[in-house]
Amino acid sequence: MSLLETRDLTGFYGDFQALFGVDITLSEGETVAVIGANGAGKTTLMRSISGVITQAPGMVRFDGREIGALPPDEIMALGIAVVPEGRKLFPSLSVEENLMMGCHRRKVAGPWSLDTVYGLFPILKERRHQPGTALSGGQQQMVSIGRALMSNPRVLLCDEISLGLAPVVIKDIYAAFPQIRETGASVVVVEQDVGQAMKVADRVYCMMEGRVTLSGRPSDLSREAIHDAYFGAAA
Amino acid sequence: MIWVDTVLQGVLLGGLYALFALGLSLVFGIMRLVNLAHGDLIVLAAYLILMLVTLLGLGPFVAALIALPVMFAVGWVLQRLVLNRVLGPDILPPLLVTFGLSVVLQNALQEGFSADSRRIPAGWLETASVPVGPISLGVMPLLTFGSAILVTLALQFVFYRTALGRAFRATSDDPVTASLMGVKPASVFAMATGIAMVVVTIAALYLGTRANFDPTTGPARLIYAFEAVIIGGLGSLWGTLAGGIIIGVAQTVGAKINPEWQILAGHVAFLVVLLVRPRGLFPRAFD
Repeated sequence: MSLLETRDLTGFYGDFQALFGVDITLSEGETVAVIGANGAGKTTLMRSISGVITQAPGMVRFDGREIGALPPDEIMALGIAVVPEGRKLFPSLSVEENLMMGCHRRKVAGPWSLDTVYGLFPILKERRHQPGTALSGGQQQMVSIGRALMSNPRVLLCDEISLGLAPVVIKDIYAAFPQIRETGASVVVVEQDVGQAMKVADRVYCMMEGRVTLSGRPSDLSREAIHDAYFGAAA
Repeated sequence: MIWVDTVLQGVLLGGLYALFALGLSLVFGIMRLVNLAHGDLIVLAAYLILMLVTLLGLGPFVAALIALPVMFAVGWVLQRLVLNRVLGPDILPPLLVTFGLSVVLQNALQEGFSADSRRIPAGWLETASVPVGPISLGVMPLLTFGSAILVTLALQFVFYRTALGRAFRATSDDPVTASLMGVKPASVFAMATGIAMVVVTIAALYLGTRANFDPTTGPARLIYAFEAVIIGGLGSLWGTLAGGIIIGVAQTVGAKINPEWQILAGHVAFLVVLLVRPRGLFPRAFD
């Protein structure tokens, strides 16, 4: 049985319908990538799962439970942590305080603690008393990922973590993924960077205009198929 | 020497204004809510203490101690049932609701306690003083000022050293992301207003023992509180204390020059600070 799934998920971005019946599944320990161009509905999908957008209860299921209508704080308490698009560090909080916010509500024993997060991203330990916003973009992204890990989540949702970062920085951040996966967390990676997504994911969903247009294992998908699913087939 | 005395009395008076203002500063800092009923809530707490003193024969400090949890509950319920419903991107609804609350409180107090001005009796403490060289300082003003410093320290501790304070600051920065961290903004706001009402009760104790109050005293206290918050810089607790002291000193110095100028001098000092430092003395780095 899958750990997290959406069933016929529809979603609106204001008055605009952004999702038209999306079905995706995530198994325990699996990493899934969701790729697609701007406006494909990726962020609406993430916001529906994390509870920022309230849905019909049955549209999102986690561990056999209907969570579509739960508020975000309760969904996080169940074990779905978010690395939000744009990092969203709290500017009034220091790096360490930002990390501590990750386990504000969900305090479960697990592989992740301040020490292990600092082990994963050593630079954060040096900077721990600085305001989160004094860091470079890549370091801020590390704080945002560390903050999500602090809750020892069962599912980690990463929304556009490479957005606005230099390729070398993106590589650094993705270098942490094997360690995150080793701890057993399931991961959903939302990316515009197709190459990066194919490298880390066990399975890929490609979205276009609010629908899943292609899915499968990276090795089974040809460049043409992805190109067509991403941009639409040439008429 | 007489001027040293005047300034010192002003500083002590400033402690009272800071106590009026700290609750307002706390609530504004966390949820950008301007509570126009803040002054009336101080008066409500003063009547509550007065009732406990007159009905149960308690001392004012014991009565205030009992009033603290009651007012915390009042604040918590007020936030949960009323204010949380109107908080949002638009700042007008909460302004209107707290303005309405102010009218309701004043009229309810008038119904219940009549328009007579009242005072919380503090016995011998009312006139007790300690001589410091040639100057004598009242015990009640000293207690007021000491309480203002203690309240500022305590709030500062809660804000910067506890998980609750971390949640306060995170929610103030970004409620949506805070909720993704498991924070329930509605509960955080209810806690904040509850704590603000605890500060209000302490302010009410010293307001009620220092001077007469009646059901319509609130709005005038609210003006001093606003001025203290704005002089200090929005959201800064130490700034709020400093703002209270500046208004207090301006008032006593103004009164010394001409008794008619007491209130005016406080407002003039406020305007001067606004001219020189439009964002207050200790503004937050960002807003």
